[in-house]
Amino acid sequence: MTLKTFSVGHELPALIPGKISRVLLALFAGASGDHQPTHLDVDAARAKGYDDVFAHGMLSMAYLGRLLTDWVPQERIRSFDCRFVARVPMHAEPVCTGRVVEISGGLARIEVVMSLDDGTVVVRGEASVDIGEGSGG
Amino acid sequence: MYVDREAALRHPIAPMPFDIERGRLRFFAETVGITDPVYFDVDAARAAGHRDILVPPTFLSNSLELSLPNPFGWLAELGVDLTRSTHGSQGFTYHRPAYANDTVVFHRRIVDVYTRKGGALEFVVKQSDVMIGDTLLLESRFISAIRHPEALA
Repeated sequence: MTLKTFSVGHELPALIPGKISRVLLALFAGASGDHQPTHLDVDAARAKGYDDVFAHGMLSMAYLGRLLTDWVPQERIRSFDCRFVARVPMHAEPVCTGRVVEISGGLARIEVVMSLDDGTVVVRGEASVDIGEGSGG
Repeated sequence: MYVDREAALRHPIAPMPFDIERGRLRFFAETVGITDPVYFDVDAARAAGHRDILVPPTFLSNSLELSLPNPFGWLAELGVDLTRSTHGSQGFTYHRPAYANDTVVFHRRIVDVYTRKGGALEFVVKQSDVMIGDTLLLESRFISAIRHPEALA
């Protein structure tokens, strides 16, 4: 891929991964290793004071990771941090977006956001991506 | 009750070995909808210059550590009420790629404890250095957010 399109304000192609379902959360529990019952068992979720199960934070981060690796080869990603600011409820249809916010010293700083269809931001994150010539990709 | 920062920074957490299996990576890729075949097809990965299926950027996280018995024992041992804690943040710093058939070890320790919002929120940062022998592949940071509503009273 060409890396010549890097400029501050550039927006990554949005990723709409699909609806959050109970089956998805069961599969992600197995795939990720996070078997905590608040993501799988409505009885366990209610016992903790939640109305229903909710998605794993790391499922959101996996989607935001896809947003990044759909755009740059993974070996260019130097760091990736996410803050889980709200729960992702059952049946949500999240949207992942990203934007180049700074370019400095051969690195691009990318802000990423996952939000729900009502606009609620559920995850805010940031990645540092190497945009130097001849390194990776 | 707040975590004793100095004690936390010295608190030992057992290392966790982990075998990265091809099938597990395929399952992960399929579950999260990854379409790039370097993440699930050995031939495609090798054709792209990788030595095996590439581990995606968020796979080697705290989630794998949650398969251990008593996965939050290290946090409870610091006196944290687990009913008040949530996964606040997760971060990674990448040094070298990890691949299927690698056997890695998560070397785990607490690297920071701090409060925000006048003590209403406390954060405990656990870092796992994911290594093959002496070679560091990545640092994985798990940040637990602990609510202290009494601080606002």
